[in-house]
Amino acid sequence: MDDIQKNLLEQVAGLHEMPAGAYNIRANGKSVERSTTAHIDIVTKEDKQGIDIIIKPGTKKESVHIPVVLSQSGLTEMVYNDFYVGDDCDVTIVAGCGIHNSGDSDSRHDGLHSFYIGKNSHVKYVEKHYGSGDGRGGRIMNPQTQVEVGENSFMEMETVQIKGVDSTKRFTGAKLADGARIVVTEKLMTHGSQVAETSFQVDLDGEGSSANIISRSVARDDSLQVFYSKINGNNRCTGHSECDGIIMDRAHISAIPEITAGHLDAELIHEAAIGKIAGEQITKLMTLGLTEAQAEAQIVNGFLK
Amino acid sequence: MLELRNLCFQVSDDADARLEAGQSREIIRDINLTFEDHAFIAITGPNGGGKSTLAKLIMGIERPTSGQIIYNGTDITQMSITERARLGISFAFQQPVRFKGIKVRDLIQLAADSMEEGHSREERQSKVKFPDICDYLSKVGLCARDYVNRDVDASLSGGELKRIEIATIIARNTPLSVFDEPEAGIDLWSFNNLIQVFQDMRRESDNSLIIISHQERILNIADEIVVLADGAVQARGRRGEILPELLKGTEGCKFYQRQSAAGQ
Repeated sequence: MDDIQKNLLEQVAGLHEMPAGAYNIRANGKSVERSTTAHIDIVTKEDKQGIDIIIKPGTKKESVHIPVVLSQSGLTEMVYNDFYVGDDCDVTIVAGCGIHNSGDSDSRHDGLHSFYIGKNSHVKYVEKHYGSGDGRGGRIMNPQTQVEVGENSFMEMETVQIKGVDSTKRFTGAKLADGARIVVTEKLMTHGSQVAETSFQVDLDGEGSSANIISRSVARDDSLQVFYSKINGNNRCTGHSECDGIIMDRAHISAIPEITAGHLDAELIHEAAIGKIAGEQITKLMTLGLTEAQAEAQIVNGFLK
Repeated sequence: MLELRNLCFQVSDDADARLEAGQSREIIRDINLTFEDHAFIAITGPNGGGKSTLAKLIMGIERPTSGQIIYNGTDITQMSITERARLGISFAFQQPVRFKGIKVRDLIQLAADSMEEGHSREERQSKVKFPDICDYLSKVGLCARDYVNRDVDASLSGGELKRIEIATIIARNTPLSVFDEPEAGIDLWSFNNLIQVFQDMRRESDNSLIIISHQERILNIADEIVVLADGAVQARGRRGEILPELLKGTEGCKFYQRQSAAGQ
């Protein structure tokens, strides 16, 4: 791997060197490094691009890193990664994609991640997106995540896209069994003329299942963001979604929630708030000696931390 | 030393719905006041008399229509809030601001760092250590362990927020601190604590305190009291001269009567 790829890798996976545990690093359309453990296997798909990640029942305190980096301008790929997580596991999965485009044609990574989580497991899934390079070609990512959360399992998902991605269309779908939980935290910042669309659909099918979708976003310059969330309560369950947006400059943010209760004991809540940075917040930080620009940066950084 | 010279502040019709087009209203009328160093001054008076506006004019949150503000020989009238803060003026808000994603620790660190050199926070680590933060919080009666990692957001009660606001002022430790109704929204226990905080600040440093307050117990620990009504100074003097008059109540108080006479 060259320095550009190493930098991308550090941005999306926080990796300076090869991680401990299982990993698969994909660079410019090919797997370049792979490691498996006694409990976690990674197998290349035969019929299409992508890998199967198989986590044996009872695997505890292990991690899988599967970062993707693209530094070749004009490369377009569609990758399918399937995660099979057995019963009674406790694992962290770090995915992410970095695109460096210094050319004039679009570079694009589309990924479909499917999770099949067994019973009584805890999965923490972290996904970071990052773009760099000053070419006129776009840096485009369209991630899709499909999750089936088994009985009494807990899926914790964190997605971050702070810099450099020109266009993104994200879809996350989840189906929850009895007693299953999902918590999604999304952090998004767009600038320039970027466009980001994010969409959630959660089906709370199981008794006692719960979902909490939290989106925090900042839109600067002329960027555009759309947030859709759809929660269906089909059993005794609790669902909550929250979209909190800061709008700056000439940006646009839309929040389009939908909550549907199909059961008498489904409790569903949606909250959305979009607005500029409160002037009094800037004033307060200025009284502590920060300049207006420093105050603004502090507020935005805190909001997305 | 802080000097207010012929300070006036007017609002025009677009800032005040009660006014008709083209009209303006005087909130502060030609105020002349000098505050010496190491002063502990309470500013009191009826609601709507201009107290909070005066405090905001000192910090630069509002700009005067005319007049001058001189701080230690420098004319700060046209300076920004940031510049005044760096010169050593602090301001405690009557209604503290909430932030999503900024922790109590962050806010106190920003406050304490603000008197350090450079101000390029992005480039360096904060010099403020955890024990200092604990110290500031314990002075306002909060247990650091329970609070440092909490967000300064809607999860805090009004009273907690107010105490954190005061802790940021203690952390800044500047030559001049202006408190805008520090007692507002604070419970009785915290109130006792608050009195103690002001007495400690007074005893432990040469810093000056200007406190906007309606509370007799705060007036009672100030060296001097300024009575502000109808945008003008109605009286100023040692506590012993002013307080007994104020305590006669609005009916008998000659300062308030003067105000209503002026309004007629």
